[in-house]
Amino acid sequence: MYLGKVIGRVIATVKNDVLEGKKLLLIRRLPSGPAVVAVDAVGAGAGETVYVCRGREASFAFKPEEVPTEATVVAIVDYIERE
Amino acid sequence: MLLGRIIGTVVATRKDPRLEGKKLLVCRPMDPDGKDEKGYIVAVDTVDAGFREHVLIVQGSSARMASGCKDTPVDAAIVGIVDQVSQD
Repeated sequence: MYLGKVIGRVIATVKNDVLEGKKLLLIRRLPSGPAVVAVDAVGAGAGETVYVCRGREASFAFKPEEVPTEATVVAIVDYIERE
Repeated sequence: MLLGRIIGTVVATRKDPRLEGKKLLVCRPMDPDGKDEKGYIVAVDTVDAGFREHVLIVQGSSARMASGCKDTPVDAAIVGIVDQVSQD
């Protein structure tokens, strides 16, 4: 899992049945990384710092639905404490 | 998941029986601005995508969760046709 920033949205009218009604977000991995498309599970919006789950586990956020995603936004970050 | 564009098709007569009837497409990954990235991916089409269309590709074992790909030997699937990418 990693932290990312929401930098945009992806609109796709034609998509796999199981992705219907799901919001697709463009996420930039923090501090600086490639942009990936992730499915939103928590209602995140533009500019927010989020927590992204990758891999097969990404689809577990939608259980019992089986959603074909390898990146899911699973949390919106309030703040990060570090020493 | 990745953004990509379709640059070709793959034809294979002899293949795993569970892949029969599935369309295999060659995709080039893109960045959100539409610029090409390195490499290519062969992905199974689940949305009737066509040549030069911009698509959404899911990789890894999650690709098998796309409808029509259950219990098939697939690790990359096209799950959407991209209309628009908006950046803030």
